[in-house]
Order: sequence, then C-alpha cells, then structure tokens
Amino acid sequence: MFAYYLQLGLRSLRRNPMLTALMVMAIGFGVAASMTTYSVFRATSRDPIPQRSDVLYNVQLDNWGPEGRKDDEPPPALSYTDATTLLRAHKAKRQTVTYPVGISIIPEDPSRLPVRKGAYATGADFFPMFDVPFIQGSGWTLDDDEKHASVAVITKSLNEKLFNGGQSVGKQINVDGHLFRVTGVIEDWAPQPLFFDVPNTSGFDEGASIYVPFNRAVDLKLPNDGNNNCNKEPAEGWDAYLRSECIWLSLWAELPTRSDADAYRQYLTGYAAEQQRAGRFSWAPNVRVRDVMDWLSVQKVVPPESQVSLIVSLGFLAICLVNTVGLLLAKFMRRAPEIGVRRALGASRREIYAQFLIEAGTIGVAGGLLGLLLTGLGVLGVGLVFPEQIARLATLDPMLVVLTLVVSIAAAVIAAFYPTWRAAQVQPAWQLKSN
Amino acid sequence: MQIKPILSALRRHKAGTILIALQIALTLAIVCNALFIVHERVEHVSRVTGMDESNVVAIQNRYVGTPESYIPLVKTDVQALRSMPGVEDAYVTNAFPLRQGGWSTGIQLKPDGQKEGVSSALYFGDEHTLKTLGVKLIAGRNFTSNEIVSINRDDRPAPPQVIVTKILADKLFPDGDALGKTIYYSKGRPSTIIGIVAKLTVPWTDWEYPDNVTIMPLTFNSSYQIFLVRAKAGQQDAVYKSVADTLYGVNRMRVLPENFGVRTFEMVRARAYEKDRGMAILMSIVCGVLLAITAAGIVGLSSFWVGQRRKQIGVRRALGARRSDILGYFMTENFLIALAGVVVGVILAVGLSQWMFTHFEMRRLSFTYVIVGVVVLLGLGQAAVFAPALKASKVSPVEATRSV
Repeated sequence: MFAYYLQLGLRSLRRNPMLTALMVMAIGFGVAASMTTYSVFRATSRDPIPQRSDVLYNVQLDNWGPEGRKDDEPPPALSYTDATTLLRAHKAKRQTVTYPVGISIIPEDPSRLPVRKGAYATGADFFPMFDVPFIQGSGWTLDDDEKHASVAVITKSLNEKLFNGGQSVGKQINVDGHLFRVTGVIEDWAPQPLFFDVPNTSGFDEGASIYVPFNRAVDLKLPNDGNNNCNKEPAEGWDAYLRSECIWLSLWAELPTRSDADAYRQYLTGYAAEQQRAGRFSWAPNVRVRDVMDWLSVQKVVPPESQVSLIVSLGFLAICLVNTVGLLLAKFMRRAPEIGVRRALGASRREIYAQFLIEAGTIGVAGGLLGLLLTGLGVLGVGLVFPEQIARLATLDPMLVVLTLVVSIAAAVIAAFYPTWRAAQVQPAWQLKSN
Repeated sequence: MQIKPILSALRRHKAGTILIALQIALTLAIVCNALFIVHERVEHVSRVTGMDESNVVAIQNRYVGTPESYIPLVKTDVQALRSMPGVEDAYVTNAFPLRQGGWSTGIQLKPDGQKEGVSSALYFGDEHTLKTLGVKLIAGRNFTSNEIVSINRDDRPAPPQVIVTKILADKLFPDGDALGKTIYYSKGRPSTIIGIVAKLTVPWTDWEYPDNVTIMPLTFNSSYQIFLVRAKAGQQDAVYKSVADTLYGVNRMRVLPENFGVRTFEMVRARAYEKDRGMAILMSIVCGVLLAITAAGIVGLSSFWVGQRRKQIGVRRALGARRSDILGYFMTENFLIALAGVVVGVILAVGLSQWMFTHFEMRRLSFTYVIVGVVVLLGLGQAAVFAPALKASKVSPVEATRSV
C-alpha cells in the first residue's frame, strides 16, 4: 500500500508543479536557514574538552570589592598575589596559572626573519590537566617549575617552521634573546572555545604556538599580552605590578569529585575571609569555582549574533511551516471530490490519513534535499556573516546532514496533520451529490 | 464595498483565514525586528572616525630583542617612513580609531580627584599626528617638536600639553571654554589643553563614549609600536606594498604580523565592522526570502479560494456584479485578513523585541519600523492577491449555469 500511495502522491504533486515547488522551497529555505545558523550556534556552544570538562574548574576571587560594579560577579581573572598563593597551597589534584605573553622567536638561520607567535606562560600541570596531545617528548616537570627552568613546549607547525618538522626535543629556541630548551612538541592544539583563556580571546582564537613556564616568564618580566585590568593604578616597576591588585592571571584547578570541588570552594572562601581579617579586603568573601561549561556560559562565549540569528531563523522556519500548512490545505481540499469517491468506495479514514501523510512526506524529502543543498551553501557562506575565527568552526558533518533531512520530513509531516485531518473529514455523500 | 458579506464568507473558511493572518503576523514580527537590526548595524558601520580615511596605511610593528631603549629605533623608522617616496607624512603611536585595542583612562578636574572622572581614550603622537590623520584643529595649536617626550612601560601618561576632541572638551567644560584649562590624567600631574580637534573616535567600536579622545605628545618606549602613514593622493597602493620592505631595510629585527602587520585603512574598517556587516547581510537575506515566501503563500491560497468559488462568482456576475466588484471583493477580503494579521503581528513584534532587549542587550524596536513593517505587509498582501483576484474577475457569468 505504501508504494501505491507514494505513486499517488507523486502523481498529485506533478499535477500542480507550481504549488509543489512553492512548498518544497518553503521547507527547503526554512530548514536551510535554521540549520546553517544552528551549525554556528552548535560550534560556539560546544564543550571544548568533553572528556574532562566536569573536573576542570576556573577559580575566581573578588579582590576589588563591590564598589562600582553592577552585580556581585567577581573579576574574571586573578591578581599575582592571589594566584600564586592559591597555587602554592596545593589544595587541588592539579592546578595551573596562565597568562598570554607577547614574544618573538629569532630563528637560528640569520637569513630568516623573526616570527611573532602566540604564547602562554603556564605551569607543568597544564598539559596533563587539559589532555594536550604530544607528538614528541612531553611537558616539562613540576621540578622544572620549581627551578624556574628555561624550557618550552612548541606546536607541530612551529616545529615545522623552526626545525623543518624534525626531532626537536632538547634543542634550543631563541625567544627575544633568551634561550629555551624544547621538552616536547604538541599537535596544533587549540580547543574551541578556548576555555582556559576566555577573558583575553572571548573564546575563539587560533591558540598559542609556544608554552613556557610561568615562573621563568615572571623572572624574565615577559609582559602580559592580554587584558590588564587595574582598579587602582599600580606603582611603577614590575615588582610593584606583581604586588598590585591588577588582574591578569587565570587559575584552573582539577578537582576529580564533587566533594573535592566543595572542599576547594570552602578553602577559597576561607582564604578570602583571612584576607578580610588581615584588612586587605573590606568585604565578605566572594568566590567562584566553576566547571568548564558553567564558566563558558557565565562568560557569554556564544556570540549574541549567533543566538539572535538562530532565533530569527527558527521564526523563519515557523513561518515557512504555516505557509506549507496553508498550501497543503488548499491542495488537499481541492481534491475533496476525489476523496469522496475513495471514501464511498470503502476507504477508511485511516487510509486517507496514510495517503496524504505519505504525500506530505515526499514533499518533506524533496524539501530536505533542497535544504541540504542550501545548508551546504549556507555553511560555506558563514564566513560572510561571522568573523573568520567562528566561521571556520561551522561545518556540514554527517550529524548535520541527518538532522537537516529529519527536520525537513518532520516539518512537512507536522504541517500536513491539520490538512490531512480536514481531508479525512470529507463527507462522501456531499461530494458525490454535487458532482 | 460591503464588508459584511465578506466577513460571513470568511467565517466559512476559518482555517485558511487564520493561516494567512498568522503568517502575516509572524512575518511582521520577524521582518520588523530584522529590519531594525539591519538599520542599527548600518548606522553603526556608517559612523565616521573624524579622520580623512583615504590614503592612510597602518603598520603594527614589534621589535625583537631587548635594547636599552627602543626610542632610537622608533625615531629611525619614522624618519625612514617620512622619506619614503609617495609618503606625505607619518608618525608613531599606540593606537588609532577602529583598531579595537587601545588605552583609556579617567580625567579629573582636580589634582587629587577621587571620582571616576571623564573617560578618554589615549592616542600618543607628535606634531605630525593631526596632518597624518587628516583631523581638523578647530581651536588652539598643534604640538611643537620640543614638546614630544618618551615614556616607559610603567610610566603614567600625563604630559604637560594635550589635544582633546571637541566632544570631550565640552564634556569636561560645558561652558565651552576648555582651551587653556588644566586637567589631570594622573594624580597631581597637570595637563593643559592646548588644542581642540573637531572629531576623532576611540579605537573600540562598542565603547560607551566613542568621541572621548586625548592626543598626547608622547613616544612609547616599548617593543610594540604602531606607525600610521599618509600616502600622497594615488600613492596608497605603492606605499602599502613597499612599506614592509622599507622597514625591514632599516632593521631586520622586527615582526610585522602576517594578517594585520600592514593594512590600509579600508582593511582596518572592514575588519572592525565585520560582525555588523555580516548581521546586516544575513538579516536582509532573511527579510527578502521571508517576504517572498509569504507573498507566494498568499498567492497560493487565494488562487485556491478563487478556484473554489468560481460558481458563486459566476452567480454574482450573472446577477449584475461588475468585474471591478469581484476584483474589489477579493482585494478587500485580503485587506481584512492582513489587517487582523498585522494587529497580532505588532504585538508579536514588540514582544520579540522586548525579549531580545532583555536577553541580548539590544536596543528596543523603534516604532517607525513597526509602521514600516505594517505598511509593507499590507502592501505585499494586496500585491500578492491582485493576480488571483484579476483571474476571479474574469470568471464568466456562464459559470453560474454549469453543472447545476
């Protein structure tokens, strides 16, 4: 029966090509717009490190006080004083502090020009905490951190550039005139959103090419290449800057269980209370320990453009559906005499339902194929609408292909429910009489 | 035109009527908001910087290595840029309009002011700055070469002379007598306003005070420098292409980043407004397609109705109705449905705008856009129904006699 109804449906669709084309286009455009904007939304709202996002926590502590602030959200980064004190307390399984540094690498070959690369100063725990994939060697050790060692981890593409992709572990690189020994080479790793440095990148960035120990970077006074926010102007000089309340460091903690996280929160509150007693803070402890997804949502990583365009596209799809309902209604009701004849010859309402829903389903399939084509074009064209860093994340993967088809068919069938119900209500007697 | 018979006829086509009205309502809600977004973004993009933007090339430069002082390097570079063929003028700075990164501080009127102060972006420069930017000095004087001093990374920028924008001057001194007055960028260190420029905007496109700018006679002793170059008319491309070689020719120990090391000001502007332009394009496409689909939907349903009522039309024609009466009937019918649709649509549009206002910090929909949307949709409905209505008016009175 299915094949027969399908044939009937196709014949009926062919009888009125304009109306059919209109419905297919409505569904195709509606679905394509929704799927294209959804692909961007999905890319910007995804979990950057799914295997570990629930054990990694960003640490915030209010060292500025409630004055001149709209809500009670603590600043998004930490001062040097707080970050290093918390780091030394070792209250988490692993902890790491990071800040972006601005550096240039001087190639050994004097005929080559120096290159400027994104870089982070961080701790040894950074690599195991964030599951950074190594292809040569490994990260530096906690001992290297202690000894303020001059070591570095570089990415595959920097290794290509500096050492033609060869073995580089143990080799030296020249960073602004300071030598660093390479301990490992990693993939071109840059999880998106770049969760560990949201305040400086707003979440989407190519990532860094080189990582150096935090202690060494501070010794060398490697300047902070990210945002530097001060509530009071610091006194002059690097040491005064380190002692200031300026915030420029991100602290991340690995806390394997929920009770670890609670314990850490308690410790942090205790630390803030201690600072209050000592007179440094004149306000009650205000701390946050948030896991990756919480942190990303509080930092509003998903660009409002992405959300607004998704909402508008869904509205667009809704209108296309209403449009399709109307057209299907017109189409089905025009065939009332035909339905009357079928019913009079003994077809049950159920059979009328089946016939017309299958017809609508074929429109859904056609709309889905058109939608898929348009979604493909849309994903290619995302670069015209969104900045390059975000546009390159939107891809047409198998998931999206299946979703596009499913949504189209579902949309067409849902749109067909009411017209089909009306068609099934047709009274055979009336139709036969008037003909 | 009698409205009553139309209404009673519509009562017999509830589903179709509701569907068209609903579609018009939803379309109005989306189109109003989308057009408003387009308007807002276009307004954003078309803001002027106060500069003469043509023929300006911006170079972001980072010196490599750690010399005692960067100032000699900077001076040599600026000299080399100024003597390049095709270059009219050049200077070195820390930031420029639309760069999306820069410095700001609060200005106090008293030496030990405690309050927030008036926020201002800070541009470093020298006596060549105004000419390079193409900014008009409307009061006071330019810097002189002996006023230019260097500051270190940890120093606070607070030179004895500053040039400010008109808007900033008026904000500080509402009486309009800012020239020659003393203000404080740092506690206890007075700066005198020696000049006022007509307009110059801050580096950021989304800052609260887009016109609060101070130009300071300073050179920043840092590895990071920005050179702005004004090319002679028609020489911009030549300068853009050769400026990197000129700088590397002076000194190889520097990095000019690949993507944004050397940019013309058109490139700076395109990059700064990338998101706005993208949103405007997207929303325009959505509006266009949406209106087309709604129009097509109205054509489809109206044609169906006309087809369904051929017999009644024939009866009316046989009883003496003119063609124009039939045409008018369908036009009026559509107008009534569309009217109901736009009434609901206005409520939806305002609701959607309110929701976006609370969730995305967007501006509230201006009422002009609602009215424009209403007019557009009523017009669209009339245009869409015209063809089917015309077809209906051509139904011959003979139809009345058929198949009875």
